[in-house]
Amino acid sequence: MREAGPARDARFEPRLARRRRNGRMFQAVCLASIAVSLVTLATLLADIAIDGAAWLSGEFLTSFPSRISSRAGIRPAILGTIWIMVLVALISFPFGVGAAIYLEEYAPRGRLTKLIQTNIANLAGVPSIVYGILGLAIFVRYFGFGRSLLAGAATLALLVLPVVIIAAQEAIRAVPSSLREAAYGVGATRWQVVRSHVLPVAMPGILTGMILSLSRAIGETAPLIMVGALAFVAFTPTSPMDLFTVLPIQIFNWTARPQADFHGLAAAAIAVLLVLLLLMNMTAILLRNRYQSKRGQ
Amino acid sequence: MNIPPGQLDSALDTHDLSVFYGDTHAVKRISLSIPRNRVVAFIGPSGCGKSTLLRCFNRMNDLIPAARVEGEVNFRGTNLYAPDVDPVEVRRRIGMVFQKPNPFPKSIYENIAFGLRINGFRGNLDEQVERSLRAAAIWDEVKDRLEDRALELSGGQQQRLCIARALAVEPEILLMDEPASALDPIATSRIEDLIEDLKSDYTIVIVTHNMQQAARVSDYTAFLYIGELIEYGDTERLFTNPAKERTEQYITGRFG
Amino acid sequence: MRDQVAPQAGSDSGGPGADLRWRAGRRVGEGVIAGLLFLCGLVSVLTTVGIVVVLVTESSGFFREVPLVDFLTGTRWSPLYTNQRFGILPLLNGTLLIAVGAMLIALPIGLTSAIYLSEYASPRVRGIVKPLLEILAGIPTVVYGYFALLFITPLLRVAFPSAGVYNAASAAIVVGIMIIPMVASLSEDALSAVPRSLREAAYGLGATKFEVSTRVAVPAALSGIVASFILAISRAVGETMAVTLAAGATPHMTLSFLDSVQTMTAYIVQVSLGETPHGSIEYKTIFAVGLVLFCMTLAMNLVSNRITTRFREVYE
Repeated sequence: MREAGPARDARFEPRLARRRRNGRMFQAVCLASIAVSLVTLATLLADIAIDGAAWLSGEFLTSFPSRISSRAGIRPAILGTIWIMVLVALISFPFGVGAAIYLEEYAPRGRLTKLIQTNIANLAGVPSIVYGILGLAIFVRYFGFGRSLLAGAATLALLVLPVVIIAAQEAIRAVPSSLREAAYGVGATRWQVVRSHVLPVAMPGILTGMILSLSRAIGETAPLIMVGALAFVAFTPTSPMDLFTVLPIQIFNWTARPQADFHGLAAAAIAVLLVLLLLMNMTAILLRNRYQSKRGQ
Repeated sequence: MNIPPGQLDSALDTHDLSVFYGDTHAVKRISLSIPRNRVVAFIGPSGCGKSTLLRCFNRMNDLIPAARVEGEVNFRGTNLYAPDVDPVEVRRRIGMVFQKPNPFPKSIYENIAFGLRINGFRGNLDEQVERSLRAAAIWDEVKDRLEDRALELSGGQQQRLCIARALAVEPEILLMDEPASALDPIATSRIEDLIEDLKSDYTIVIVTHNMQQAARVSDYTAFLYIGELIEYGDTERLFTNPAKERTEQYITGRFG
Repeated sequence: MRDQVAPQAGSDSGGPGADLRWRAGRRVGEGVIAGLLFLCGLVSVLTTVGIVVVLVTESSGFFREVPLVDFLTGTRWSPLYTNQRFGILPLLNGTLLIAVGAMLIALPIGLTSAIYLSEYASPRVRGIVKPLLEILAGIPTVVYGYFALLFITPLLRVAFPSAGVYNAASAAIVVGIMIIPMVASLSEDALSAVPRSLREAAYGLGATKFEVSTRVAVPAALSGIVASFILAISRAVGETMAVTLAAGATPHMTLSFLDSVQTMTAYIVQVSLGETPHGSIEYKTIFAVGLVLFCMTLAMNLVSNRITTRFREVYE
């Protein structure tokens, strides 16, 4: 280690050119991976657009399904989807936010709380069809809701509950503790602090989480099949105890048919579903951006 | 402001070196010469640019997108910032030890072998690993457990391992950015002894916020203040009889 | 007595003797609210309990009629035919075949995408690519089923004429695609957790960016990356609609991707779509298969969480 310069250098063969070349090749491979994902996305969307364009029309949106493809539409499916979304929101919001408030503001730091927390994280990873099995046994049969909107909504509410809870917890955690301390300092009770100070500040984050979990629920098919949503519905639901169908199930039903016409109908229905999803996600993003810019003040 | 470089062989010198972070002028037109086989210390209050200056010597500032370097750093007759110079090549010849010990989460052996492998070392790997660990005065402590994970070592040992890792690729210059600031006093003094031993084979530049340490280990000291080189000279003279008032204020603790 | 100015008990003026005790109604009110909130927290626990109870009790009914050994080792699954057989291996075969196929696509693409996003991409590129990957993840699985059956399968049959209309390959491809964002995002998180100082140390020794990324960052993030792989496999195992539409309804033992298979999830859907009488053995197969599915995904999720927790401990 004593000689400087050339003798020292001779012991190393850095092969820089080759290493640089390997690096460039690797970078190209990585870029190609990303390209694969993006190209696939574009192809999928294009395929849907091409297949479904011819079938999208006003009548399509307002007609009932039919064996005659030219007369078929998604009216009960859209209405069923909207019914389900509203019911899921009404059920999961109180339970989800309530659980989040409990975990963040009330629960003692102990093993039980940690268990509940881990349990919620695990529930988020349970396959959706298992929720369908649960819904079938509990809501359809045990509670006797039958194959109704209520059974479907309750099942989906359980499915998205972990997501709602986790999002609400994050929003509540983001409220600065100085706010709470100030409220406690003037003699407010815990519930008063939560209701008047924590929740209003956390609400935009909570709502964003709700919208995102609803956008997950809107595409769910398997649990609703298990709970008995139908594929051929000749009426629109008028109460939560009615039979029903939703867009994904209609799509499933039409896709599985052999006739090409129904494939086109399925594509059109997919387009409607994707637009709905897009609107929901954009709302969530707008909400989050406004909320973040307000907090920046 | 150079030390009398004519009297000493220069390992590396800078000419009007400046570093900008965005609009901030962090290092302001510094020219100095690092003499071969000596220890040079950079001292100064925090934020004065000493670490930034150090990182220019092995082009580590390249890793920061917002950083812009102007001026020259000359090493072996080449300006390191010339457009055709490969920073990867520079960094093998000018090694660096960092403030917090940062061994790889691998075995002790693999920590040393990593640099050798990527730089295409052509000799005997085991021998070189042993030589490096001996040079860093840690061989006796780890020779029986080379396969153990490096993170199991104590802080001081990890830092000596990092020094061994840097020495393994046989750099000419070793840059040390506050190498002992995260260590306890005993580990610190071992590192300082090590620096004393190493300078016969390497040129060492050390950044430190501890003036006593600079006085103990270095031959020459450069005092920086808000990006400028205020004074640079023989360590003993600078600490006992500084030429500039600002230097005197700093070493007497007038500001920190 | 006239000069006694004792404060009234229960007055709420400040000063000496002010009553600091709980107001009666308020304590009850706070207690009720705390209780209600606790019940909300309990719903998630009840959900898990419900899943386990439902699956286990209904399955035990099933296993009273079908021996467990036959179920776990039998290679024919035909509960809906006259010659009933209840060996789950064909369904497991279908599930695992598709999961493996999906992983062959998702793991390399997901990991290299993660490395690019973490080590190479500028913030602007990240800002564009990450949302696009999120979109890929947000597309409902029934849409992927459509894509698999009506776009990929025809293409596949051009290249491989022996492939059936229903085949494992199309389903596996599509499941792999839908899982790429998950692998990419979780692996990228793992890579970000690796401290900058490790990369600096490697650069300081004269390593190129390629070497720093693949020989320092990825090995350091490895357990986090492995945890993300396991989670992704779990997701592939639980996937339902794409495999129902594209993979087929014929359970049999095969290693060929061009064959039609049936997964556990697709079987459950098939039974539900039919008019199976409640309480019959066919109905109970839903729960037996569901139990196996639940146990598999739960085990994988738990393992993945364990690895992630230990990984985070190292870097924090």
